Amino acid sequence: MYTNVAYREIEGRSPQYFILLAAVSVFIALGLGAAYYMEHNGHHVTGMSNQIVWGMPHVFAIFLILAASGALNIASVASVFERTMYKPLARMSGLVAIASLAGGLTVLVLDLGRPDRLVVAMTTYNFKSIFAWNVFLYTGLFGIVAFYLWSMMDSRYGMRFYKSAAFATFIWRLALTTGTGSIFGFLVARDAYNSAIMAPLFIAMSFAFGKAVFILILISTCHLTGRSLGRVVLFRLQRLMGIVLAATGYFVVVQHLTNLYMAERQMVEMFVLFGGNVYSFLFWVLQIIIGTIAPLILLLYPRLGGNLGAIVLASILVVIGGFAQIYTIIIGGQAFPLSLFPGLDVSSTAFDATIGHYIPTLPEVLLGCSGIAVMVGIIVIAMTVLRFLPLSLSDSVVDPDHLHAILDQEDGAAEEEVGKK
Amino acid sequence: MSTHCTCIHAETCQAGPIGARSCNTCGHGSDRTSDTPVPVETVSRRCAITGALSALVVSHGVLLLLSNNNVAAAKPADQPVSRTIRWGLLVDVTKCAEGCSSCVDACREEHGWTGFGRPATDPQWIRKLFLKDRATGYAVSLPLMCQHCEFPPCVDVCPTGASFRRADGIVLVDRHICIGCRYCMMACPYNARSFVHETPNNQQPHTPRGKGCVESCTLCAHRIDRDRPLACVERCTEIGHQALLFGNLNDPRSEISQRLTIYTSVRVRPDLRTNPGVYYQGL
Repeated sequence: MYTNVAYREIEGRSPQYFILLAAVSVFIALGLGAAYYMEHNGHHVTGMSNQIVWGMPHVFAIFLILAASGALNIASVASVFERTMYKPLARMSGLVAIASLAGGLTVLVLDLGRPDRLVVAMTTYNFKSIFAWNVFLYTGLFGIVAFYLWSMMDSRYGMRFYKSAAFATFIWRLALTTGTGSIFGFLVARDAYNSAIMAPLFIAMSFAFGKAVFILILISTCHLTGRSLGRVVLFRLQRLMGIVLAATGYFVVVQHLTNLYMAERQMVEMFVLFGGNVYSFLFWVLQIIIGTIAPLILLLYPRLGGNLGAIVLASILVVIGGFAQIYTIIIGGQAFPLSLFPGLDVSSTAFDATIGHYIPTLPEVLLGCSGIAVMVGIIVIAMTVLRFLPLSLSDSVVDPDHLHAILDQEDGAAEEEVGKK
Repeated sequence: MSTHCTCIHAETCQAGPIGARSCNTCGHGSDRTSDTPVPVETVSRRCAITGALSALVVSHGVLLLLSNNNVAAAKPADQPVSRTIRWGLLVDVTKCAEGCSSCVDACREEHGWTGFGRPATDPQWIRKLFLKDRATGYAVSLPLMCQHCEFPPCVDVCPTGASFRRADGIVLVDRHICIGCRYCMMACPYNARSFVHETPNNQQPHTPRGKGCVESCTLCAHRIDRDRPLACVERCTEIGHQALLFGNLNDPRSEISQRLTIYTSVRVRPDLRTNPGVYYQGL
């Protein structure tokens, strides 16, 4: 039935369109300026140091990379898991994935000490490094998703590759997020990381963050281009995000309980969870309460099924919680000092055994924001030149066989909402 | 001796021409592994040159050998380092004076990593640590630098292979291909690496440094290759503390090996199984 859905480019003539492009251009220019400022003066102008070597740009970059693979899951649900209702969203899902990954990698590369040596990073490899593998996984995802999009958009030649491309994309994105999580999981010396659970945790995080970003972009696009968006679509996206957010919460609980169980890691866990510092605030207030519990209520409470406001608010909260979670993992994990001589009191003139100090600076934040701008810019321009989104996502178009009626029977509240309509 | 680095990357090196016969940062002239086969024709040429040089040396007699004692005993620059050697360092913490930072000063002067008055971002190749046993009150101080591990996590994680381990056990950074990602700093269990946050000043010809790259103790590879003592060891010995002993861990006759067989010693974070080349005696 999805083949009957009519896709159409966005017009790209409205004032809002040009305002959006102008805003994107300004943020990209600011990000480039910030990168130049950091590279020209050296990283001492940032909040990063020899103790906190990865800072705010990495928080943005990893969020966007995780969101990329997570957004792609909408397409995978449609193709690999054959939930045909999601198929009209699959093209958009692939586009958001490519754009988000490009934004994240832009930030990551521009924060390098030597971004001019990008060609070295692309041609000289140490295959024992998960970083090197990630170079392949990230660049490979561009190619695979581009092929996947072609298989979806070219009904003449591409369709025959659709299933195989979908399956390959799904496996690849799982590997990609495993690789991203393993960047931390393989750090043997740092008690906050060094765990196999980092890979599945990052996969779960990517599901949640990607869904939230995708939903926000989808709703914004439909709103700005006057496309209708049916309640059934919203309802299913809402429940799906609720499930993956709950899964993320589960892995967070396992991650911290595991560390609390191990005596050698109790110190770092107490520091992050109960240290009375910015990291414990970010963890409990932003990540857990605002970023997990509140959106779970908004996403899974029966009476809010299909409620547009609840979905938008939940997605925003998940994004906020996601940034807080990544900040806590990356910065908090580095701030806790390395254990060099367990059992001995250590002091030095070089910050040994002291909590690392980090305050993000404006150039770092601007560089990070430029990654989001790159993502939005790619999406907007791509949607202007190619047909990524259906003309309408109303229930009658997306679900012409009224499958939603059966689904709604599973949920009284949603049935009530549809009935009102 | 040539006044320029013989490395093919010398022109791109931030430090410009290097006044050394081999580039200690990228390993050129002192190949990374001893497995690198020496071309037959090179050996033949070397044999011919050696024969000619031998005649020259004999004609000049013992006087020449005495006048160039250090250089004559050093490894020729066109020969790879050997994996039969494992350079190591023994720190006798009972001789390391608490208020002394001579080793740190010597390293700073030797390699030119003077800071900018910003401790958080200034480089720190070697630092003094002060340890105290909470239970007994036993207190010592010791220098901590790159531990030149046999299984270095920094080398494992480096995406481009810029972090590498020479065949003789010295862990170095090839600053020609370091992209400044700082993953090695995240991975190092000893916090021994520094990121060059600002344009370096006071560059030394044997230690090219560049903004945006990561650096750490080179175990004075440029001195080792010329059979000279490490800067920190030399200074510690000069001032009479003699807390540092350098040598070949693979040679059972070396002083360091013999000391290690007599006295108990520990290494930092042995639980990580990185097998560091730096030992601490008296901890």
